[in-house]
Amino acid sequence: MVVNSRFFNRSELIGFIVLAAVLFVILPLSLDVFRLNLVAKYLTYAFVAIGLVLCWGYGGILSLGQGVFFGLGGYCMAMFLKLEASSVENTKIQSTPGIPDFMDWNQITSLPLFWQPFHSLSFTILAIILVPGLFALIIGTAMFKRRVGGTYFAIITQAVAAILTILIVGQQGYTGGINGMTDLRTLKGWDIRPDHAKVILYFVEVVLLFACIGIAQFIRLTKLGRILVAMREQEDRVRFSGYSVANFKIFAFCMAAIFAAIGGAMFALNVGFMSPSFVGIVPSIEMVIYTAVGGRMSIFGAVWGSILVNFAKTSLSESFPQLWLFGLGALFIAVVLAFPNGLSGIWADYVQPRIDRLFASRKPKSAAWTDDSVADGAPAE
Amino acid sequence: MFGDYSLGDLGSIFVMQGFAGLILFSVYVLMALGLAIIFGQMGVINMAHGEFMILGAYVTWMTSNLFQTYLPNLFSGYFFLAMILAFVASGALGMLVEWVLIRHLYKRPLDTLLATWGLSLMLQQAYRSVFGAREVGVELPQWMLGSLHVTDSIEVPINGVFVMCLTVLITVCVAYVMYKSRWGRQVRAVVQNRIMAGAVGINTEKVDRYTFGLGCGIAGVAGSAFTMIGSTGPTSGQLYIVDTFLVVVFGGAASLLGTIASAFSISQTQSTLEFFLSGSMAKVLTLLAVVGILMLRPQGLFALKVRK
Repeated sequence: MVVNSRFFNRSELIGFIVLAAVLFVILPLSLDVFRLNLVAKYLTYAFVAIGLVLCWGYGGILSLGQGVFFGLGGYCMAMFLKLEASSVENTKIQSTPGIPDFMDWNQITSLPLFWQPFHSLSFTILAIILVPGLFALIIGTAMFKRRVGGTYFAIITQAVAAILTILIVGQQGYTGGINGMTDLRTLKGWDIRPDHAKVILYFVEVVLLFACIGIAQFIRLTKLGRILVAMREQEDRVRFSGYSVANFKIFAFCMAAIFAAIGGAMFALNVGFMSPSFVGIVPSIEMVIYTAVGGRMSIFGAVWGSILVNFAKTSLSESFPQLWLFGLGALFIAVVLAFPNGLSGIWADYVQPRIDRLFASRKPKSAAWTDDSVADGAPAE
Repeated sequence: MFGDYSLGDLGSIFVMQGFAGLILFSVYVLMALGLAIIFGQMGVINMAHGEFMILGAYVTWMTSNLFQTYLPNLFSGYFFLAMILAFVASGALGMLVEWVLIRHLYKRPLDTLLATWGLSLMLQQAYRSVFGAREVGVELPQWMLGSLHVTDSIEVPINGVFVMCLTVLITVCVAYVMYKSRWGRQVRAVVQNRIMAGAVGINTEKVDRYTFGLGCGIAGVAGSAFTMIGSTGPTSGQLYIVDTFLVVVFGGAASLLGTIASAFSISQTQSTLEFFLSGSMAKVLTLLAVVGILMLRPQGLFALKVRK
């Protein structure tokens, strides 16, 4: 396989330009603010999906607990916003002014200790990265150092997602319970609710998304990415070659967790609330399906998968609520049985060769370029 | 937390909570038995297992309604027929699913997880369309109502005792089929070495199909038993699936004895804690303990020593 010295090969460059054009120009110009905000919500899942491409597609580690990290990031951001929204003036009518409303409803009279640091924005931003990162580090170290992987890892991460959901729902006074943290208003005095703020937040999110795409692409192209693929294919051989397989797995898992947390934080900002329904088992598995639909080996595919599946979900569940679950279920089965490489696989198998042939017939000399467009191959499990 | 109770009270609490735990234990064991066969033996992660269980529950509900309308004299015995029907219905659906879906995915265990999750979504929606979104409960025959008074302060519900006896019976049957019958030997042979099993003349495809069917059928019986102690809704199965997987993994995936031991310890811990803490904290602590122990001992409680 040819190792590229360029950051993007030709087909990736086309993918990059198309995605950038759609997200930066076409969607903001063609959609109203409500729809644009919906796209912003879909894109928060794209962060998770990119992380899963690294962790699952390349590393072969299927995590069914990405909702945990999405939720941790989202809750960190929501705690900061909630504290700002519950200033003493805003909460005069409560029996204890200055604490979030759900605490007041649950007869808590002072701000719990672990809420205190979230008065500071810089601490919050650090926490969004570090809390999920450290949590992933602990889980990853405990599991991968003992060579637990594959299905067992999937089941245990799923259990972690279940535990966190039950904990958040149960500890209503500290977390807002099943309703989550609602009524988030301002970020450092800047109102996040009006239309122009939503547009600005959308662009901030897209910039962050492209930063994450860049980081993921960088990891993919360096030796690290090659080792991840090698590990997925023949773990023992990599181990016998002297690499610490566990450390690479932990790294991939932590990166996926951090990406998911950034997505969660952007979710809290864009949508204006955070609740346990984005943490549990069901959303975590849905996040995996976004990646699977887009193509588990393709970073851009993951973004498209998140947008398209969520778009289908919104439009189908609006008009045919009965059909949506059938459709989603059929999508799962079809992707697994017929298209294990998702949309990007369909593109690479059916569309790309035609385009190449088109170019090749016009410019015969550039035919050698097509070697670059070979994907890293289907995962063999 | 023990301060307010006298010693005798505490004893009764532990016995009664222990009994409540035994009912939970029965449901766990019945669900986990099927899963232990499918996941432990075949390596397929069947996320739709809960939906197979719910199918059994709905079949039981329909049977009870039929008996009530057409055969009210025989109502007290409907449950035994319902159980057989539940087994047949879930088992048949399981074999169909194996033929359509699972047999293509034996080499990709993680993908079975996604595909069966899709299946579970479709089944849930199917139940919702057919039976309605509301939970349904069966009417218990007269002899199952009421409770046995063991001592003054301890009483146990009869339906719970019945479910437990049923669990023991089914467990013994499964153990016999898996470890003593010719067919069980074939199943284990296929699991241990598919190619060699095929070479000595075992029809591995057929064994796979019937094994999957058996696992799903047992889930159906679990659902049938489940109607005795709770009501059934389209998404009830999903509530138990994670717990059940933890039970199987915690017990050591390939060991039936381990499955039973882990179901026992998890359900007892949970129901005893439930009395002293809130239900959600009891569950969180139990699951945390299980995950913690699994991190220290990933192979589970009872691991088979197999050279790979």
